[in-house]
Amino acid sequence: MSLARLVERLLQLIPVLLGVSVIVFVMITLTPGDPVDIMIGDEIVTEEQEEAMRRDLGLDRPVHERFLVFLGNAVQGDFGESFYHGRPVADVIAERLPATIELTLVAMIIALVTAIPLGVLAAIKRNSILDRIATVGSLLGVSLPGFWFGILLIMLFAVQLDLLPVSGRIGYAFEIEPITHFMLIDTLLRGRPDAFLDALSHIILPAITLGLPMTAILMRVTRASMLEVLRQDYVTFAEAKGLARHRILFRHALKNALIPTVSVAAIETGSLLGGNMIVETVFGWPGLGRLVVESIFVRNYPLVQAAVLLYAVTYVMLNFFADILYTVLNPRVKL
Amino acid sequence: MTDALLEVNGLRTVFDTRAGTVCAVDGVDATVRRGECLGVVGESGSGKSVTFASVMGLVRPPGRIEAGRILFEGRDLRALSPRQMRAIRGRDIAMTMQDALTALNPALTVGEQMAEMMEAHDESLPASRGARRRAIAERSAEMLGLVGIPSAGERLRQYPHEFSGGMRQRIMIAIALASRPKLLIADEPTTALDVTIQAQVLELITDIRAELGMSVVLITHDLGVVAEHCDRVMVMYAGQVVETGPTADVIGAPRHPYTKGLLASIPRLALRGQRIRPIEGQVPELIDLPPQCRFYSRCPERGPECLRPVEMHDAGEGREARCVRVVPEMVS
Ligand SMILES: Nc1ncnc2c1ncn2[C@@H]1O[C@H](COP(=O)(O)OP(=O)(O)OP(=O)(O)O)[C@@H](O)[C@H]1O
Ligand code: SF4
Ligand SMILES: [Mg+2]
Repeated sequence: MSLARLVERLLQLIPVLLGVSVIVFVMITLTPGDPVDIMIGDEIVTEEQEEAMRRDLGLDRPVHERFLVFLGNAVQGDFGESFYHGRPVADVIAERLPATIELTLVAMIIALVTAIPLGVLAAIKRNSILDRIATVGSLLGVSLPGFWFGILLIMLFAVQLDLLPVSGRIGYAFEIEPITHFMLIDTLLRGRPDAFLDALSHIILPAITLGLPMTAILMRVTRASMLEVLRQDYVTFAEAKGLARHRILFRHALKNALIPTVSVAAIETGSLLGGNMIVETVFGWPGLGRLVVESIFVRNYPLVQAAVLLYAVTYVMLNFFADILYTVLNPRVKL
Repeated sequence: MTDALLEVNGLRTVFDTRAGTVCAVDGVDATVRRGECLGVVGESGSGKSVTFASVMGLVRPPGRIEAGRILFEGRDLRALSPRQMRAIRGRDIAMTMQDALTALNPALTVGEQMAEMMEAHDESLPASRGARRRAIAERSAEMLGLVGIPSAGERLRQYPHEFSGGMRQRIMIAIALASRPKLLIADEPTTALDVTIQAQVLELITDIRAELGMSVVLITHDLGVVAEHCDRVMVMYAGQVVETGPTADVIGAPRHPYTKGLLASIPRLALRGQRIRPIEGQVPELIDLPPQCRFYSRCPERGPECLRPVEMHDAGEGREARCVRVVPEMVS
């Protein structure tokens, strides 16, 4: 990929992000409910006090002005104060982000290591029992609602079998001084394998729940592209050369079949972001997704705006990354 | 026949489709002798590729070999295990595919696709890894040079899409020849090439054939190529062999009306480079064929006696034709 093309692709992101910020801003402003009312709650305040609050938060100014202020600050990385926390939005988000990233990565790893072998097997053993089970399973995987599946897992593994914890990132008994802010890594760095196992037992159910739709989709993509590739002339030619079966399957077929899988995986990671809100809420996971849900309930505008913008940037960047990956993996495509 | 390298008897290969069972190859007998070049001609869809894919054991579902015996050096290939068959494929019998543009793997370098062939079959390679790699690289470059690809050393690191169609065709042939097989099945090896390179590639195959005593099956639409390079020719029609014999005899005096039709459509002197032009009429659908001569609807010599299954008739001088009109020629 040439540098000019890369820059061009990056510049294309700007209008997308601008559009997203307008939409986010408008939507949240139009949502019924007034943040000041919610903050006041049942307390008794005078009209002047309420006015002052509004002024402090900048809510007395017209909508378009508020948008421009928001945008101007956002470009400088300033998303304002979180109404609720009384601290800069950026700080609050930064605090919650590692938990979300960790959960997303684990979900992704689980999806990749189960989906690819299953997809390959289903393709090789086409129409076998295994293939059928995998097909039905993947259909369920994309169609089951995440919160329902999550609750099901909690009922089974946490409540019935009492094998895994219901919620949180790690047991309260463990005090782990953060280094990377990734619990699984920090526990190991601090030399606490017991804490690591505890963190692992906390992350496993939410990660499976979050990764389930991605697993299902990736399995289907892998199976389909593997079947497609196995039909190709170059596979027949490889067989005509008398190569070993594993070489034909893995070197000749899989290398080509994984090109769509990897691209879809990169794009699907974006959709994990959406899943995060539900999964984190169901499993009480202290990440960004749950923070956003909470913030929506209390009309914490600045935080929701910043978070959604962050989601959008990540999503767009992942697509961009998927494109680059596709070119790198596929020697035929020259950009 | 003791000098037969490959002997196919009563081969029947079918494809199960929604419309019914397509009988792509129906009772084909073929013999390839050591060192000989057998030309295989026939209209598109006559079963040339499927016949030799069956020999290689490369018929995929929905296709299957229903009957027949395939003897290679006296061994029945159909009775071999997949592992035994893999040892024969590539090393003893190599094949080039009809479509060179899709036969090379787009994600692997040409060098790797060449090297894996040698890795799989060449026992004479040195054992130490470094020496082995060097030997393979050297041999690969030599093979590419042989098929007329300049600066072969660098080009081994390139991917198929970086080569022209003609070059890819030659690379495929170089790969097939890399392990010096006893039999090369070349499915339309010259279709994508311009005339000069065509000649070079055929020269090359002929040279190596002479040098190694290799046998060649040359599937082609080009009767000129057959005339020039093949010792014997086998004409196929609708899944059957309709005529076989020494090339010069068959082309000089065809016995089967179909062969006659093929040759009549080509001006004698312009034989070279001529493609087979279809004769009037349609090749019959290969599903539920009536028990009669398959060429019946298109045959100028047809008669009521042709409305039953027609066997191969001995036409004398090692020739055979599937036609009721054929009788052994009286030779003085
Ligand atoms: N995968 C398949 N499914 C169904 N029928 C098939 C399949 N492959 C081949 N056939 C049938 O086999 C017949 C013979 O095909 P084959 O490729 O051997 O012809 P050919 O003589 O090599 O023709 P060409 O000159 O076009 O290469 C075709 O007419 C087709 O009906
Ligand atoms: S058997 Fe009859 S129909 Fe068939 S080729 Fe001979 S003459 Fe023609
Ligand atoms: Mg063919």
